[in-house]
Amino acid sequence: MRLAKIDWALGAILAVMVVGVSACGSSSSSSSSASLPTKIGSGEGQLNLVAWEGYAQPEWVKSFEKQTGCVVHAKYAGSSDEMVTLMRQGGGSQYDMVSASGDASLRLIRGGDVAAMNVALVPEWKSFIPQLQSPSHNTVDGKHYGISLQWGPNVLMYNSKTIPSAPRSWSAIYDSKYKGQISVPNNPIQIADAALYLSKTKPSLGITDPYELTEAQLNATAELLKSQRPLIKKYWALASDEIELFKSNDVAIGAAWPYQQNTLLSDKVAVKSLIPSEGATGWADTWMLAAHAKDPNCAYRWVNWVSTPKVQAQQALSFGETPANTKACAEMEKLSKGSCPLYHANASSAYFDSIKFWKTPVKECGNGQSDCMDYTAWQQKWTEVTG
Amino acid sequence: MDRSHGIGPDGAAIVASPSASRTARIRASAVLFRRPWLRAVLLLSAPGAWFVAIYLAALVLLFVSALWSVDAFTGKLVHHWTFANFEQLFKVPAYRTIALRTIGIAAAVTLTDAVLALPFAFFAVRVAPKRLQSLLFIAVLIPLWSSYLVRVYVWRLILSKDGVLNWALEHIGLGALNIGYSNWAIWIVFSYIWLPFMILPIWSAFERLPDSYIEASADLGARGWQTFRTVVFPLVLPGIAAGSIFTFALTLGDFITPTLVGGAGSDFIGNVVFQNVGVANNVPFAAAFAVVPLVVMGIYLLGARRLGAFEAL
Repeated sequence: MRLAKIDWALGAILAVMVVGVSACGSSSSSSSSASLPTKIGSGEGQLNLVAWEGYAQPEWVKSFEKQTGCVVHAKYAGSSDEMVTLMRQGGGSQYDMVSASGDASLRLIRGGDVAAMNVALVPEWKSFIPQLQSPSHNTVDGKHYGISLQWGPNVLMYNSKTIPSAPRSWSAIYDSKYKGQISVPNNPIQIADAALYLSKTKPSLGITDPYELTEAQLNATAELLKSQRPLIKKYWALASDEIELFKSNDVAIGAAWPYQQNTLLSDKVAVKSLIPSEGATGWADTWMLAAHAKDPNCAYRWVNWVSTPKVQAQQALSFGETPANTKACAEMEKLSKGSCPLYHANASSAYFDSIKFWKTPVKECGNGQSDCMDYTAWQQKWTEVTG
Repeated sequence: MDRSHGIGPDGAAIVASPSASRTARIRASAVLFRRPWLRAVLLLSAPGAWFVAIYLAALVLLFVSALWSVDAFTGKLVHHWTFANFEQLFKVPAYRTIALRTIGIAAAVTLTDAVLALPFAFFAVRVAPKRLQSLLFIAVLIPLWSSYLVRVYVWRLILSKDGVLNWALEHIGLGALNIGYSNWAIWIVFSYIWLPFMILPIWSAFERLPDSYIEASADLGARGWQTFRTVVFPLVLPGIAAGSIFTFALTLGDFITPTLVGGAGSDFIGNVVFQNVGVANNVPFAAAFAVVPLVVMGIYLLGARRLGAFEAL
């Protein structure tokens, strides 16, 4: 009798589901674009940011809040995919700005998630290095969808106590010598790191750009990554994960940002980092304004604040990256002698060009053909590798 | 005698000058008294509406969105029916591996907890004196007072390379055991966390087992092991089945423990769902994959019902 009731209940649940499925229809959405603001109005009292870990440190956020009255709420994201998703959640009005890297910015622009900004309202923009004033990853058809911030390389980091002899090549993270001591980011864009390594070590594959891979090239890269998987201790999702892995000695070598190294060094963990002989992938980040931002005035105040030489220098030293503003070099020297050349803030444009900056893989390759694998294919391959 | 408190012409008691609202109330209660179904409807309508609106509607949405897709470029939902998500689930071997890993570890955790809980509950209920019994009961419940996250993080500290486990192993002369951030770690942590949910149903199953059965079994010449096999075990089996529903279902749906203590190749179904919703923005695919544990659990519940788990709950 009791069992019969359960069966009846299950039947009822199924019936409701069938009705629900057949009742659901379709809908569509539309977006609108507004003209650029010509001046910054009074602040809204708050600012909601999606940022990389370490991009909203109290060092420069506190003084910003005091000066403008805009209280900053920062949500840290672990990957570009997560940033794009966060900016699209809840109709895209939950967050005002995002510190998007080059592999997220174009997706946000084409998805209509971000709005064009008026660079005339950000005076420091004129002092940016030329490559970051109107880069193709945030400027489309002459419209600026955000203000460049900082850039830097993805480095090879290792524990100098357990690995006394410095590795010189990315081959270290594919080497069974370090089995069970390796950590790399849990991020599909990590495929580009492997592709960059293969472009130098296996020229027969013909990889010229690590973000433009044909199916054969992507498969070869995935094979390398699959052979790497048994060596991996853990794929890290947040920078703080990797920091803890190095602290507990579970991991001795891995792909990292300079931020992890700086944090570990201040915790007295002996780590060193380098850009290996094959070169490195890197990021160039942009503060982008949400298309439906609720606090646009605080947002403009924020990009002005983080573009000033002093804050640029503070962030560069805190995270270990290179500021977009050329005037930041002097400020960096003031804060820490020798830091300007250390972080290449005065380097020639050749150094900038040597880094393969993150960008979204698309079907259209640079060679005019459209046989490259798009980002969805990358994501699937990454799941196949790590799953 | 007061007129208003007398007996009416039809013999029924008459209440003194009743107010309008009071009459209505009495009439309503009379209506309800005569119609039990109406009583049931009124009692159940609020929780029933809640159940349908929140619980069933969510399930319906889950199934519906599993049949949609996402525009790769703009990330917007495309509301056209397609089985592409399910197709991908079956075609890509990685998803099969993840599903099998999830189910396999859930089964291993269930088995481990059953093996640990059975002798514990037997001792606590049938051997331990009353005072010790209540102490053991408290000991089982105490871990539930602290946060799930705290308990998982503690295990992370225990199992990591410089952790307590390796420190202890090296001090007693056994070599270090490198099981931090691995599927072994996931198995240990899940077994620890869900153990109380297995102990409690078995505990109550032992409490319902009459002493006289065991005495009768002994009188008929059965030895300890035979009594356990033929009398005790079949009678506590519904308790084990009930506990296994908790341990199995809770492990099947979890993604936090694999994230925190798992290593490379430790993704659960929940992790893929989480990544597709929060990171890749592919809600339809996440919904499709979320159907898998639902189906597995449905089959499991049918099996558990046969073992009498629902009577033991």
